[in-house]
Amino acid sequence: MKALVSVKRVIDYNVRIQVKPDGSGVVTDGVKHSVNPFDEIAMEEAVRLKEKGKVTEIIAVTVGGAKCEETLRTALAFGADRAVHVKVDEEIQSLTAAQALAAVFKKEGTEIFFLGKQAIDDDAAQTGQMVAALLDLPQATFASKVEIDGGKATVTREVDAGLETLEIDLPAIITTDLRLNEPRYLKLPDIMKAKKKPIEVVSLADLGVTAAAALKRVKVATPPKRSKGVMVKTVDELVTALKGKGLI
Amino acid sequence: MSKILVIGQQAEGKLNSGIAKVVNAAKAIGGEIHVVVFAADGSAAAAQAAAIDGVTKVIQIDRAENDHGLAVIVEPQIVALAKTGYSHVFAAGTTFGKDLLPRVAAKLGVQQVSDIMAVHGATSFDRPIYAGNAILTVEAPAEPCVVATIRLASFQAAGDAAAAAPIEKQTLDVTLPTHTRFVKLEAQKSERPELQSANRVVSGGRALASSENFSIIYSLADKLKAGVGASRAAVDSGYVPNDMQVGQTGKIIAPELYFAIGISGAIQHLAGIKDARTIVAINKDPEAPIFEVADYGLVGDLFTLVPELESKV
Ligand SMILES: Cc1cc2nc3c(=O)[nH]c(=O)nc-3n(C[C@H](O)[C@H](O)[C@H](O)COP(=O)(O)OP(=O)(O)OC[C@H]3O[C@@H](n4cnc5c(N)ncnc54)[C@H](O)[C@@H]3O)c2cc1C
Ligand SMILES: Cc1cc2nc3c(=O)[nH]c(=O)nc-3n(C[C@H](O)[C@H](O)[C@H](O)COP(=O)(O)OP(=O)(O)OC[C@H]3O[C@@H](n4cnc5c(N)ncnc54)[C@H](O)[C@@H]3O)c2cc1C
Repeated sequence: MKALVSVKRVIDYNVRIQVKPDGSGVVTDGVKHSVNPFDEIAMEEAVRLKEKGKVTEIIAVTVGGAKCEETLRTALAFGADRAVHVKVDEEIQSLTAAQALAAVFKKEGTEIFFLGKQAIDDDAAQTGQMVAALLDLPQATFASKVEIDGGKATVTREVDAGLETLEIDLPAIITTDLRLNEPRYLKLPDIMKAKKKPIEVVSLADLGVTAAAALKRVKVATPPKRSKGVMVKTVDELVTALKGKGLI
Repeated sequence: MSKILVIGQQAEGKLNSGIAKVVNAAKAIGGEIHVVVFAADGSAAAAQAAAIDGVTKVIQIDRAENDHGLAVIVEPQIVALAKTGYSHVFAAGTTFGKDLLPRVAAKLGVQQVSDIMAVHGATSFDRPIYAGNAILTVEAPAEPCVVATIRLASFQAAGDAAAAAPIEKQTLDVTLPTHTRFVKLEAQKSERPELQSANRVVSGGRALASSENFSIIYSLADKLKAGVGASRAAVDSGYVPNDMQVGQTGKIIAPELYFAIGISGAIQHLAGIKDARTIVAINKDPEAPIFEVADYGLVGDLFTLVPELESKV
């Protein structure tokens, strides 16, 4: 069984975001980028399934500009066997990304697709579900446990009420939550080996995808900042302050 | 004029408390507002939806397969309904809404607007990006339809209607897939206020160091009639269940009063409490980033301060 894993290049989660003064976006030049943390979890899950003999080949895929090659190299170092780079230079939005990912899934004849539950830049949390809908396949989002057995997967999902378990037929789409696994640290030999693994570059046109109508970005602004409050010295002072405001 | 379809999320006959907030977001656009309830028997939830101010009609779609609200089951029904002339499809930004609505958007061929935090007009919205550290204003194409989830922490609930809206039972001729089967739901039964609608929330972090120690958080919360939350570190360490996580990738909340106890204040945690009215932080480290955003900060050992606080409120 072949597994597909998508990896998105995002601004590193430790970076303090700066909005551009002209409101056209956030500052990305010279800012540290990494693989979306949820996609590392997706990669790790696929690699563990391969180690268990349930998956035979792992293909990593990204949709984006030239710099996304780094992201694919990281995925290859994690253990992907090869990668597909859907190269687009202009901005694309989730549905278009989903169309491209769905096309790659079909073309590769993959049976399981791991995506992150959300990308920490747009925080949209929608791409995996869109891919599943476009392919009319089952989906199990926000997964914290995945078991594959025969043509089925049993997936535990983190939902508002607690933990929900679904049984889905393969092929299927799974999006990963934080507690699914803890991604391994990459070792230098793996990073070196990754440099030699193949990356196939394709365009949206090669995949037969025309970009869907986009949401227009009007402006990006900095949210109002919370002002620093007061430091109290004792519990009594705190209780008095909260009572004074009618909060307790 | 707009005609807005609100997905009336329900469980066991109870309409989700977020739906009144989604209706309020829809009211900011105006026009007709229909709430649709999918259930095995949706009568109770439909009646609750009909009583929300601003709702002009409730559509009740009863079907055995709707019992567990699976996205793959509900989606084709919404798509069929949306095509009957709706300008907008709105769902709450809950795990249910997030799981479901992108499928609807993809089937209708539109980009989804995720997590609307402000409505400027029928097609103009604000949404948070980068864990709420930037606010993006987007203009969505009006055609064929605007599909969006609503960030519940950003809207007040609509009030009670003077007179209940009409409830219409409908059947939809849609074939449903069988490739996805519900197995079980492990839910924490709790008498405490629900985290996402509680007026007061007390959250504990890694500093609690064990699930036994978390009892001091629960007991302060009970004294204050507060909901209980946690940082990711506390959930990852197994002190509390996952549904208590507050933050960018957990629950986004907006209580009147929030206590962050033994929580450092990582940006991912702060993303979940940006709309809290008053934040109180207790932390032994005077340099902890949580103090940058706290309205009241108290430096010291939580194991002595929290019991003292409990005895004095
Ligand atoms: C060059 C370029 C510049 C862009 N600049 C901006 C910008 O400044 N501001 C802005 O708002 N948007 C920008 N976008 C658009 C943004 O990246 C898309 O909205 C995105 O592709 C859709 O994903 P999401 O963040 O909504 O994903 P989510 O639905 O939150 O992501 C879920 C998962 O889907 C997968 N996934 C999503 N997108 C991709 C992808 N492209 N490649 C591989 N896997 C993916 C990942 O596994 C991810 O974990 C840009 C896109 C490109 C190509
Ligand atoms: C992709 C991604 C998503 C994430 N999503 C979330 C999310 O949704 N929610 C979330 O919370 N985190 C999230 N995180 C994790 C986040 O970055 C932090 O690691 C986490 O919030 C830290 O939890 P904490 O504050 O409990 O622990 P720490 O950062 O370890 O802080 C513990 C604090 O307790 C204090 N302390 C210790 N002992 C005592 C004592 N006896 N008395 C008083 N104070 C004491 C310490 O001074 C310290 O400030 C995410 C991270 C990533 C990468």
